[in-house]
Amino acid sequence: MATKTVQAIRGTSRTHKLPIADIFVQQFGTGTPVLWLHSEDYYELDLPLIQKLAQKYKVIVPWMPGYGKTDLPETVRTVDDLSYGYLDLMQKLKLEKTRVVGFSTGGWLANEIASKDCSRISKMSLVCPLGVKIGGAYDRDIEDIYYHPTAKVQAFKFSNPKNDPMVPHELSEQEAFVLARAKETTAKLAWDPYFHNPMLKFRLHRVTVKTQFIWGARDGLVKPKYGRAYAKLLPNSDFVSVPGAGHFPHVEKPDTFDPILEKFLR
Amino acid sequence: MEFYHFTEFPWPYLPPDDEFTSMRVNLPSSVFDPKIGADLYHSYLDQHKLADELGLNCMINEHHQTATCINSSAPLSIAIAARETKNARICILGNPAANLRDPIRCAEEMAMIDNISHGRLECGFVRGVPYELFGSNCNPTETSARLWESVQLMQKAWGTHDGPFNYEGRWIHKRQVNVWPRIYQDPHPPIWMTGGSDVNHATRAIENGFTFTMFLTPADGMRKMFDGVRANLKKKGLPTPADDLFAFMPLLAVGETEEEALKYIQEVFWYVKNNKAESQFRAPPGYVETPLYANFLSGRFSGGRTDAIRTKGMEFFRENGVAVYGTPDSVAKQLKSLYKKVGGFGHLIGMLHSGDMPFKHTAKSMKLFAEEVVPQLKDLGTVSSSLGPLKDRGTPVKAAKFNGRTAALASARDNWFKKQTKKAKAA
Repeated sequence: MATKTVQAIRGTSRTHKLPIADIFVQQFGTGTPVLWLHSEDYYELDLPLIQKLAQKYKVIVPWMPGYGKTDLPETVRTVDDLSYGYLDLMQKLKLEKTRVVGFSTGGWLANEIASKDCSRISKMSLVCPLGVKIGGAYDRDIEDIYYHPTAKVQAFKFSNPKNDPMVPHELSEQEAFVLARAKETTAKLAWDPYFHNPMLKFRLHRVTVKTQFIWGARDGLVKPKYGRAYAKLLPNSDFVSVPGAGHFPHVEKPDTFDPILEKFLR
Repeated sequence: MEFYHFTEFPWPYLPPDDEFTSMRVNLPSSVFDPKIGADLYHSYLDQHKLADELGLNCMINEHHQTATCINSSAPLSIAIAARETKNARICILGNPAANLRDPIRCAEEMAMIDNISHGRLECGFVRGVPYELFGSNCNPTETSARLWESVQLMQKAWGTHDGPFNYEGRWIHKRQVNVWPRIYQDPHPPIWMTGGSDVNHATRAIENGFTFTMFLTPADGMRKMFDGVRANLKKKGLPTPADDLFAFMPLLAVGETEEEALKYIQEVFWYVKNNKAESQFRAPPGYVETPLYANFLSGRFSGGRTDAIRTKGMEFFRENGVAVYGTPDSVAKQLKSLYKKVGGFGHLIGMLHSGDMPFKHTAKSMKLFAEEVVPQLKDLGTVSSSLGPLKDRGTPVKAAKFNGRTAALASARDNWFKKQTKKAKAA
């Protein structure tokens, strides 16, 4: 059912036409599968760590529909909806004993997938995942990225805002269009309820695989306290903190982050 | 041409400019003093009464979480106007249909107001400015589609008189829709919509027989939009729309002398000068078309209309038709020229009040406008045969289908309608 095949450097890519959505997937290396679920800011799509992991694993990198390769169809309104597309994808790729790595919204997606069916998953590493409501109705668990000026949002996300790889003013028109479309997709999925599925936390007991939460100790977007409480909702999880890092510890502190993840994936 | 008075119900007493970053969304309500606010409401509502006495119509809008407009529920103000005015058409522009969680509630409110006013309602629906999405929490990527779904459902609800129907649409689900009271105008009040940059949206509005309105748009932009709509309709093989399907709202001031008019327009200009908002409030993702949003993100487009207009002088606004002011003859001339420049429009909504403009200034400007400008312009423009001129609108329902009820009851109802129509016309 592949619609196109493109040879990329040290990898392959193809668009899978699935009933829920078309999903563009890159694949690097061979071995035990690692399903790599990027964040809403998609820094992870060209993270050097992918190449490193590809030496040992088959790293499978789906691009969320709406993030530059395929469109988010009208029929997908939530991350919950989207997770069915990913379950279809895992089935189609015949993934077994998969290590799932999910970043931020990608971590939320991982939990949506695993809470429905974790039979193809052996373990999950979730990096500052979003997706649940921890506090009370009046508590702001996740800072409002739409309400604050750009500089403040950057300060929420990075312990040092200069570490943000995204410099919108340097983007070409085409890149800016992709960014705009990606932000629209994120808003479509996460504007309301804001970056969470109110029902997800009541399903997380079903995620029985070993799960690691990695959290930047200086995450200002969503505090480590949220992460610790989130981790407790899963029956088989632990929590690791990355000192000096914000919401994207893999971007800010790769020297600390990479060994933590690599050790867990083994 | 038809003429409307407009005040946005401002809260004019702001902190020093450097002490707040935005009029919209996040200005604390501690800035509002209810002791003064209560009187302000009455002063603004009095403007509607005055408009009515002067033979003008009223346009009334709403915004939320902002000092630019304390009319946070327009249906309340139009309900008051429906009772306090006699002849004015009452144009709500509009109900924020994209952000309403329950459009049937809106259909009911409008039906009540249409009855209370004896069919003087002109019913507008808007998508809402981007700032509204922060308070309403409505998803900016869905507003256009939600607006249309809500409006179409309301039309259906107003036009259905044989008991409940089922509706399970994209966002709205109602299993027993049965709007009471039956709306006064048949099949429903004239519908209005607004727009900024999307010509397809404007075309769709006019194709549906709605009046399409632009606010404070420079003449060139308006010409481009109106021409675009006319061209789109032509391409579809549809007839050229009459002028009364297009409406425009400039800032407006009329004085006995140029100096007096300048003084008044500077008071109205408060809105433009103070209408500041943090840039992220203007561009939530999905609100505008993707290429425009991409330009906003990459800095290729920064403030847009709002920033540009805050920094330019009054003469600039007179030249592009955003501010129309002067002596009565000068204003009539400017409006005729604007009419020609944009290829015609049939409704002129004058923003004749803003900021802390004293009532007596607004009243004088309104009076000069109604008595000395309107007579020079009222014959301008073409009228849709389906809608007719405002003075002939508001005919109540004719059909008397009383399923299984007595003829006496039906006839009593018909007599009641006749009496009311006569009364309304006499008034």
